[in-house]
Amino acid sequence: MIKRPKPERFRLRRTMMFMNAQKPGLIKDAYIYGCDSIMLDLEDAVAENQKDAARFSLYHALTTIDYGSTEVIVRINGLDTPHWQEDIRVCVAGGADGIRIAKCESAQDVKTVEAHVEAAEREFGVEVGRTLLMAALESPKGILNAYEICSASDRLFGVAISGGDFRKCMQTKFDPSGVDMLAARGHMLMAARAAGVQCFDTVFTDLDDAEGFEAEVRQNKAMGFDGKSLINPKQIRLVHEVFAPTAKEVAQAEAMVSAFREAAAAGIGVFTVNGKMVDVAFIPGAERTLRLAKACGMYEGDLV
Amino acid sequence: MQIEKNAMAGTLESSDALVTVEPGEGGVELELSSSVMNQYGRQIRATVLETLDRLGVTQGRVTVVDKGALDCTIKARVECAVLRSCGKSDAGVPWGGVIK
Repeated sequence: MIKRPKPERFRLRRTMMFMNAQKPGLIKDAYIYGCDSIMLDLEDAVAENQKDAARFSLYHALTTIDYGSTEVIVRINGLDTPHWQEDIRVCVAGGADGIRIAKCESAQDVKTVEAHVEAAEREFGVEVGRTLLMAALESPKGILNAYEICSASDRLFGVAISGGDFRKCMQTKFDPSGVDMLAARGHMLMAARAAGVQCFDTVFTDLDDAEGFEAEVRQNKAMGFDGKSLINPKQIRLVHEVFAPTAKEVAQAEAMVSAFREAAAAGIGVFTVNGKMVDVAFIPGAERTLRLAKACGMYEGDLV
Repeated sequence: MQIEKNAMAGTLESSDALVTVEPGEGGVELELSSSVMNQYGRQIRATVLETLDRLGVTQGRVTVVDKGALDCTIKARVECAVLRSCGKSDAGVPWGGVIK
Protein backbone atom coordinates (compact mmCIF):
# COMPACT_ATOMS: atom_id res chain seq x y z
CA MET A 1 0.00 0.00 0.00
CA ILE A 2 1.31 3.46 -0.94
CA LYS A 3 1.65 5.63 2.15
CA ARG A 4 1.17 9.24 1.17
CA PRO A 5 3.01 11.92 3.16
CA LYS A 6 0.94 14.00 5.59
CA PRO A 7 -1.02 16.57 3.55
CA GLU A 8 0.02 20.21 3.85
CA ARG A 9 -2.86 22.58 4.52
CA PHE A 10 -1.33 25.49 2.64
CA ARG A 11 0.62 24.41 -0.41
CA LEU A 12 0.80 25.52 -4.01
CA ARG A 13 -2.49 24.76 -5.79
CA ARG A 14 -2.46 26.61 -9.10
CA THR A 15 -4.12 23.78 -11.00
CA MET A 16 -6.64 21.21 -9.75
CA MET A 17 -7.67 18.80 -12.48
CA PHE A 18 -10.92 16.84 -12.36
CA MET A 19 -10.93 13.15 -13.31
CA ASN A 20 -13.72 10.61 -13.22
CA ALA A 21 -12.84 8.11 -10.46
CA GLN A 22 -14.82 5.44 -12.30
CA LYS A 23 -12.51 5.51 -15.38
CA PRO A 24 -9.37 3.40 -14.86
CA GLY A 25 -7.81 4.65 -18.10
CA LEU A 26 -7.82 8.21 -16.74
CA ILE A 27 -6.79 7.83 -13.14
CA LYS A 28 -3.91 5.41 -13.64
CA ASP A 29 -1.54 8.03 -15.00
CA ALA A 30 -3.02 11.30 -13.83
CA TYR A 31 0.22 12.41 -12.15
CA ILE A 32 2.19 12.65 -15.40
CA TYR A 33 0.45 15.86 -16.45
CA GLY A 34 2.12 17.95 -13.76
CA CYS A 35 -0.93 19.63 -12.25
CA ASP A 36 -0.56 20.59 -8.58
CA SER A 37 -3.64 18.64 -7.48
CA ILE A 38 -5.86 16.03 -9.04
CA MET A 39 -9.49 15.86 -8.11
CA LEU A 40 -10.89 12.36 -8.39
CA ASP A 41 -14.62 12.75 -8.89
CA LEU A 42 -17.27 10.58 -7.26
CA GLU A 43 -19.99 13.16 -7.92
CA ASP A 44 -21.31 14.42 -11.25
CA ALA A 45 -18.95 12.49 -13.53
CA VAL A 46 -20.13 9.17 -12.08
CA ALA A 47 -23.53 7.81 -13.13
CA GLU A 48 -26.00 7.23 -10.30
CA ASN A 49 -25.87 3.42 -10.66
CA GLN A 50 -22.05 3.33 -10.67
CA LYS A 51 -21.39 5.19 -7.40
CA ASP A 52 -20.40 1.94 -5.65
CA ALA A 53 -18.09 0.80 -8.47
CA ALA A 54 -16.36 4.19 -8.50
CA ARG A 55 -15.47 3.79 -4.81
CA PHE A 56 -13.78 0.40 -5.37
CA SER A 57 -11.86 1.88 -8.27
CA LEU A 58 -10.92 4.92 -6.16
CA TYR A 59 -9.81 2.83 -3.19
CA HIS A 60 -7.40 0.77 -5.26
CA ALA A 61 -6.11 3.79 -7.15
CA LEU A 62 -5.38 5.58 -3.87
CA THR A 63 -3.63 2.60 -2.31
CA THR A 64 -1.75 1.31 -5.38
CA ILE A 65 -0.82 4.21 -7.62
CA ASP A 66 2.07 6.44 -6.56
CA TYR A 67 0.95 9.99 -7.36
CA GLY A 68 4.23 11.37 -6.04
CA SER A 69 4.01 15.01 -4.95
CA THR A 70 0.73 15.61 -6.82
CA GLU A 71 -1.97 16.28 -4.26
CA VAL A 72 -4.94 13.89 -4.38
CA ILE A 73 -8.34 15.37 -3.54
CA VAL A 74 -11.65 13.54 -3.90
CA ARG A 75 -14.93 15.27 -4.75
CA ILE A 76 -17.66 13.53 -2.79
CA ASN A 77 -21.39 13.51 -3.46
CA GLY A 78 -23.61 16.22 -1.97
CA LEU A 79 -25.03 16.00 1.55
CA ASP A 80 -28.52 15.68 0.02
CA THR A 81 -27.64 12.29 -1.55
CA PRO A 82 -27.43 8.77 -0.04
CA HIS A 83 -23.77 8.48 -1.09
CA TRP A 84 -21.64 10.96 0.84
CA GLN A 85 -21.12 8.96 4.03
CA GLU A 86 -19.65 5.95 2.25
CA ASP A 87 -17.67 8.37 0.05
CA ILE A 88 -16.03 9.79 3.18
CA ARG A 89 -15.20 6.31 4.52
CA VAL A 90 -13.45 5.27 1.32
CA CYS A 91 -11.52 8.55 1.03
CA VAL A 92 -10.17 8.27 4.56
CA ALA A 93 -9.47 4.52 4.35
CA GLY A 94 -7.61 5.00 1.07
CA GLY A 95 -5.57 7.91 2.45
CA ALA A 96 -6.77 10.74 0.18
CA ASP A 97 -5.12 14.07 0.99
CA GLY A 98 -8.38 15.94 1.06
CA ILE A 99 -12.11 15.96 0.39
CA ARG A 100 -14.00 18.50 -1.67
CA ILE A 101 -17.48 19.12 -0.31
CA ALA A 102 -19.89 19.61 -3.19
CA LYS A 103 -22.73 22.18 -2.99
CA CYS A 104 -21.61 23.55 0.37
CA GLU A 105 -24.01 26.17 1.73
CA SER A 106 -23.17 26.71 5.39
CA ALA A 107 -20.59 26.26 8.14
CA GLN A 108 -22.82 23.44 9.40
CA ASP A 109 -22.25 21.49 6.14
CA VAL A 110 -18.49 21.69 6.75
CA LYS A 111 -18.88 20.62 10.38
CA THR A 112 -21.10 17.68 9.39
CA VAL A 113 -18.49 16.42 6.95
CA GLU A 114 -15.72 17.06 9.46
CA ALA A 115 -17.47 14.94 12.10
CA HIS A 116 -17.82 12.03 9.68
CA VAL A 117 -14.22 12.40 8.53
CA GLU A 118 -13.03 12.25 12.12
CA ALA A 119 -15.16 9.16 12.80
CA ALA A 120 -13.67 7.50 9.70
CA GLU A 121 -10.14 8.42 10.79
CA ARG A 122 -10.79 6.63 14.08
CA GLU A 123 -12.41 3.66 12.32
CA PHE A 124 -9.48 3.14 9.94
CA GLY A 125 -6.64 4.04 12.30
CA VAL A 126 -5.69 7.20 10.38
CA GLU A 127 -4.14 10.10 12.33
CA VAL A 128 -7.01 12.35 13.46
CA GLY A 129 -6.81 15.65 11.59
CA ARG A 130 -4.86 14.28 8.64
CA THR A 131 -7.59 14.58 6.02
CA LEU A 132 -8.02 18.12 4.66
CA LEU A 133 -11.25 19.69 3.44
CA MET A 134 -12.23 22.20 0.81
CA ALA A 135 -15.68 23.49 -0.02
CA ALA A 136 -17.28 24.11 -3.39
CA LEU A 137 -19.71 27.02 -3.37
CA GLU A 138 -22.30 26.43 -6.04
CA SER A 139 -25.29 28.60 -5.09
CA PRO A 140 -25.97 32.21 -4.12
CA LYS A 141 -26.57 31.00 -0.57
CA GLY A 142 -23.16 29.31 -0.50
CA ILE A 143 -21.48 32.47 -1.76
CA LEU A 144 -23.29 34.69 0.77
CA ASN A 145 -22.19 32.33 3.56
CA ALA A 146 -18.62 32.17 2.26
CA TYR A 147 -17.00 33.70 5.33
CA GLU A 148 -18.63 31.34 7.85
CA ILE A 149 -17.78 28.41 5.55
CA CYS A 150 -14.14 29.55 5.22
CA SER A 151 -13.82 29.82 9.01
CA ALA A 152 -15.66 26.58 9.86
CA SER A 153 -12.75 24.17 10.32
CA ASP A 154 -9.00 23.98 10.85
CA ARG A 155 -8.96 21.28 8.18
CA LEU A 156 -10.38 23.57 5.52
CA PHE A 157 -7.71 24.87 3.15
CA GLY A 158 -9.88 26.72 0.67
CA VAL A 159 -13.06 27.34 -1.27
CA ALA A 160 -13.89 27.10 -4.96
CA ILE A 161 -16.75 28.54 -6.93
CA SER A 162 -18.55 26.17 -9.23
CA GLY A 163 -19.72 28.07 -12.30
CA GLY A 164 -22.23 25.68 -13.85
CA ASP A 165 -24.57 25.44 -10.89
CA PHE A 166 -24.03 29.03 -9.82
CA ARG A 167 -24.95 30.51 -13.21
CA LYS A 168 -28.00 28.24 -13.30
CA CYS A 169 -29.17 29.59 -9.92
CA MET A 170 -28.54 33.18 -11.04
CA GLN A 171 -30.39 32.63 -14.34
CA THR A 172 -27.38 33.87 -16.28
CA LYS A 173 -24.85 32.29 -18.58
CA PHE A 174 -21.13 32.46 -19.31
CA ASP A 175 -20.00 35.90 -20.41
CA PRO A 176 -16.48 36.41 -21.81
CA SER A 177 -16.03 39.54 -19.66
CA GLY A 178 -16.65 37.57 -16.45
CA VAL A 179 -19.43 40.00 -15.47
CA ASP A 180 -21.82 37.08 -14.88
CA MET A 181 -19.83 35.98 -11.83
CA LEU A 182 -17.87 39.10 -10.95
CA ALA A 183 -19.67 39.85 -7.70
CA ALA A 184 -19.63 36.22 -6.58
CA ARG A 185 -15.95 35.78 -7.32
CA GLY A 186 -15.10 39.03 -5.55
CA HIS A 187 -17.20 38.20 -2.50
CA MET A 188 -15.76 34.70 -2.20
CA LEU A 189 -12.19 36.02 -2.56
CA MET A 190 -12.70 38.57 0.20
CA ALA A 191 -14.22 35.95 2.50
CA ALA A 192 -11.36 33.54 1.84
CA ARG A 193 -8.71 36.18 2.48
CA ALA A 194 -10.49 37.38 5.61
CA ALA A 195 -10.49 33.81 6.94
CA GLY A 196 -6.94 33.12 5.77
CA VAL A 197 -7.73 30.28 3.36
CA GLN A 198 -7.16 29.75 -0.36
CA CYS A 199 -9.58 30.50 -3.18
CA PHE A 200 -10.03 28.75 -6.53
CA ASP A 201 -11.93 29.62 -9.68
CA THR A 202 -14.30 27.42 -11.63
CA VAL A 203 -13.59 25.32 -14.73
CA PHE A 204 -13.53 26.74 -18.26
CA THR A 205 -15.47 24.23 -20.33
CA ASP A 206 -14.97 25.29 -23.97
CA LEU A 207 -11.72 23.51 -24.85
CA ASP A 208 -11.69 25.02 -28.36
CA ASP A 209 -11.75 28.63 -27.12
CA ALA A 210 -8.08 29.17 -26.26
CA GLU A 211 -8.38 32.96 -26.24
CA GLY A 212 -11.36 32.94 -23.91
CA PHE A 213 -9.56 30.56 -21.58
CA GLU A 214 -6.47 32.75 -21.43
CA ALA A 215 -8.54 35.87 -20.77
CA GLU A 216 -10.32 34.14 -17.89
CA VAL A 217 -7.08 32.85 -16.36
CA ARG A 218 -5.54 36.34 -16.54
CA GLN A 219 -8.60 37.79 -14.86
CA ASN A 220 -8.38 35.09 -12.16
CA LYS A 221 -4.78 36.05 -11.47
CA ALA A 222 -5.60 39.77 -11.44
CA MET A 223 -8.46 39.19 -8.97
CA GLY A 224 -6.21 37.29 -6.58
CA PHE A 225 -7.19 33.65 -6.99
CA ASP A 226 -4.72 30.96 -5.86
CA GLY A 227 -5.61 28.65 -8.71
CA LYS A 228 -8.21 27.18 -10.99
CA SER A 229 -10.11 23.94 -11.49
CA LEU A 230 -9.42 22.30 -14.85
CA ILE A 231 -11.09 19.64 -16.97
CA ASN A 232 -8.30 18.80 -19.41
CA PRO A 233 -4.52 18.40 -19.13
CA LYS A 234 -3.97 20.78 -22.02
CA GLN A 235 -5.16 23.63 -19.78
CA ILE A 236 -2.42 23.14 -17.19
CA ARG A 237 0.52 24.83 -18.86
CA LEU A 238 -1.16 28.17 -19.48
CA VAL A 239 -2.35 28.47 -15.87
CA HIS A 240 1.15 27.75 -14.59
CA GLU A 241 2.58 30.35 -16.96
CA VAL A 242 0.07 33.03 -16.04
CA PHE A 243 0.37 32.39 -12.30
CA ALA A 244 4.18 32.43 -12.34
CA PRO A 245 5.78 35.71 -11.26
CA THR A 246 7.91 37.54 -13.83
CA ALA A 247 11.71 37.54 -13.49
CA LYS A 248 11.51 41.25 -12.62
CA GLU A 249 8.97 40.61 -9.86
CA VAL A 250 11.16 37.88 -8.41
CA ALA A 251 14.25 40.11 -8.42
CA GLN A 252 12.32 42.97 -6.81
CA ALA A 253 10.83 40.68 -4.17
CA GLU A 254 14.23 39.25 -3.34
CA ALA A 255 15.75 42.72 -3.01
CA MET A 256 12.85 43.89 -0.83
CA VAL A 257 12.96 40.95 1.55
CA SER A 258 16.71 40.99 2.01
CA ALA A 259 16.83 44.79 2.41
CA PHE A 260 13.95 44.67 4.88
CA ARG A 261 15.72 42.11 7.04
CA GLU A 262 18.88 44.21 7.12
CA ALA A 263 16.96 47.42 7.79
CA ALA A 264 14.89 45.85 10.56
CA ALA A 265 18.06 44.61 12.25
CA ALA A 266 19.42 48.17 12.05
CA GLY A 267 16.20 49.63 13.50
CA ILE A 268 14.92 51.20 10.25
CA GLY A 269 11.21 50.88 9.44
CA VAL A 270 10.76 52.43 6.01
CA PHE A 271 13.29 52.72 3.19
CA THR A 272 13.53 52.46 -0.62
CA VAL A 273 14.54 49.63 -2.95
CA ASN A 274 15.21 50.55 -6.60
CA GLY A 275 13.39 53.81 -6.04
CA LYS A 276 10.27 52.20 -4.52
CA MET A 277 9.15 52.80 -0.96
CA VAL A 278 9.15 49.63 1.17
CA ASP A 279 7.87 49.03 4.68
CA VAL A 280 6.68 46.01 6.63
CA ALA A 281 3.33 45.93 4.78
CA PHE A 282 5.02 44.87 1.52
CA ILE A 283 6.94 41.97 2.99
CA PRO A 284 4.33 39.17 3.17
CA GLY A 285 3.50 39.75 -0.52
CA ALA A 286 7.17 39.70 -1.47
CA GLU A 287 7.72 36.50 0.50
CA ARG A 288 4.73 34.95 -1.23
CA THR A 289 6.20 35.87 -4.63
CA LEU A 290 9.46 34.18 -3.64
CA ARG A 291 7.68 31.01 -2.48
CA LEU A 292 5.75 30.87 -5.75
CA ALA A 293 8.97 31.52 -7.70
CA LYS A 294 10.65 28.69 -5.83
CA ALA A 295 7.80 26.33 -6.71
CA CYS A 296 8.07 27.40 -10.37
CA GLY A 297 11.82 26.78 -10.37
CA MET A 298 12.62 30.50 -10.75
CA TYR A 299 14.23 31.11 -7.37
CA GLU A 300 16.79 29.02 -5.53
CA GLY A 301 17.80 31.34 -2.68
CA ASP A 302 17.17 30.77 1.01
CA LEU A 303 15.02 33.80 1.96
CA VAL A 304 11.91 31.58 2.02
CA MET B 1 -18.98 -14.17 1.46
CA GLN B 2 -20.60 -16.08 -1.42
CA ILE B 3 -22.13 -15.03 -4.71
CA GLU B 4 -25.85 -14.76 -4.01
CA LYS B 5 -27.23 -13.53 -7.30
CA ASN B 6 -26.01 -12.50 -10.74
CA ALA B 7 -24.07 -9.24 -10.74
CA MET B 8 -21.70 -7.27 -12.96
CA ALA B 9 -19.09 -4.53 -12.59
CA GLY B 10 -16.81 -2.68 -14.99
CA THR B 11 -16.92 -1.77 -18.66
CA LEU B 12 -15.41 -2.84 -21.98
CA GLU B 13 -13.41 0.40 -22.30
CA SER B 14 -9.67 0.31 -22.76
CA SER B 15 -7.76 -0.22 -19.46
CA ASP B 16 -10.92 -1.62 -17.84
CA ALA B 17 -12.45 -5.07 -17.38
CA LEU B 18 -16.02 -6.33 -17.28
CA VAL B 19 -16.61 -8.86 -14.50
CA THR B 20 -19.76 -10.99 -14.25
CA VAL B 21 -20.50 -13.27 -11.30
CA GLU B 22 -23.19 -15.94 -11.04
CA PRO B 23 -24.06 -18.32 -8.21
CA GLY B 24 -22.91 -21.90 -8.70
CA GLU B 25 -21.93 -25.07 -6.88
CA GLY B 26 -18.81 -27.18 -6.64
CA GLY B 27 -15.97 -24.69 -6.71
CA VAL B 28 -15.11 -21.54 -8.62
CA GLU B 29 -15.35 -21.66 -12.38
CA LEU B 30 -13.40 -18.82 -14.03
CA GLU B 31 -13.70 -17.87 -17.67
CA LEU B 32 -11.17 -15.27 -18.77
CA SER B 33 -10.66 -13.50 -22.06
CA SER B 34 -8.22 -10.66 -22.48
CA SER B 35 -6.83 -8.37 -25.14
CA VAL B 36 -3.42 -9.14 -23.63
CA MET B 37 -4.02 -12.86 -22.97
CA ASN B 38 -0.63 -14.04 -24.25
CA GLN B 39 1.39 -11.62 -22.14
CA TYR B 40 -0.68 -11.32 -18.95
CA GLY B 41 -3.30 -14.11 -18.97
CA ARG B 42 -1.73 -16.04 -16.11
CA GLN B 43 -1.17 -12.92 -14.01
CA ILE B 44 -4.78 -11.77 -14.46
CA ARG B 45 -6.12 -15.23 -13.62
CA ALA B 46 -3.99 -15.29 -10.45
CA THR B 47 -5.23 -11.81 -9.43
CA VAL B 48 -8.89 -12.79 -9.93
CA LEU B 49 -8.55 -16.04 -7.98
CA GLU B 50 -6.60 -14.35 -5.18
CA THR B 51 -9.28 -11.64 -4.88
CA LEU B 52 -12.10 -14.22 -4.79
CA ASP B 53 -10.19 -16.16 -2.16
CA ARG B 54 -9.71 -13.04 -0.03
CA LEU B 55 -13.46 -12.36 -0.22
CA GLY B 56 -14.16 -15.97 0.86
CA VAL B 57 -15.88 -16.91 -2.40
CA THR B 58 -15.55 -20.70 -2.80
CA GLN B 59 -18.14 -21.37 -5.47
CA GLY B 60 -19.78 -19.74 -8.44
CA ARG B 61 -19.16 -18.81 -12.02
CA VAL B 62 -16.98 -15.79 -12.77
CA THR B 63 -16.48 -14.29 -16.24
CA VAL B 64 -13.82 -11.67 -16.86
CA VAL B 65 -13.47 -9.79 -20.14
CA ASP B 66 -10.24 -7.82 -19.79
CA LYS B 67 -9.30 -4.83 -21.93
CA GLY B 68 -5.81 -4.29 -20.60
CA ALA B 69 -6.72 -3.35 -17.01
CA LEU B 70 -4.09 -2.89 -14.31
CA ASP B 71 -4.15 -5.37 -11.42
CA CYS B 72 -5.73 -2.75 -9.15
CA THR B 73 -8.60 -2.31 -11.62
CA ILE B 74 -9.16 -6.08 -11.91
CA LYS B 75 -9.37 -6.29 -8.12
CA ALA B 76 -11.76 -3.33 -7.93
CA ARG B 77 -14.11 -4.84 -10.52
CA VAL B 78 -14.11 -8.34 -9.00
CA GLU B 79 -14.75 -6.98 -5.50
CA CYS B 80 -17.52 -4.70 -6.70
CA ALA B 81 -19.25 -7.51 -8.62
CA VAL B 82 -19.12 -9.91 -5.65
CA LEU B 83 -20.33 -7.31 -3.13
CA ARG B 84 -23.10 -6.27 -5.53
CA SER B 85 -24.20 -9.91 -5.72
CA CYS B 86 -24.66 -9.85 -1.94
CA GLY B 87 -26.21 -6.36 -1.84
CA LYS B 88 -23.24 -5.08 0.19
CA SER B 89 -21.54 -2.71 -2.25
CA ASP B 90 -23.24 0.55 -1.22
CA ALA B 91 -22.46 1.05 2.46
CA GLY B 92 -20.32 -0.28 5.29
CA VAL B 93 -17.76 -1.73 2.87
CA PRO B 94 -14.79 -3.26 4.76
CA TRP B 95 -12.13 -0.98 3.23
CA GLY B 96 -8.69 -2.20 4.24
CA GLY B 97 -10.24 -5.43 5.58
CA VAL B 98 -11.11 -7.97 2.89
CA ILE B 99 -11.05 -5.09 0.42
CA LYS B 100 -7.35 -4.36 -0.02
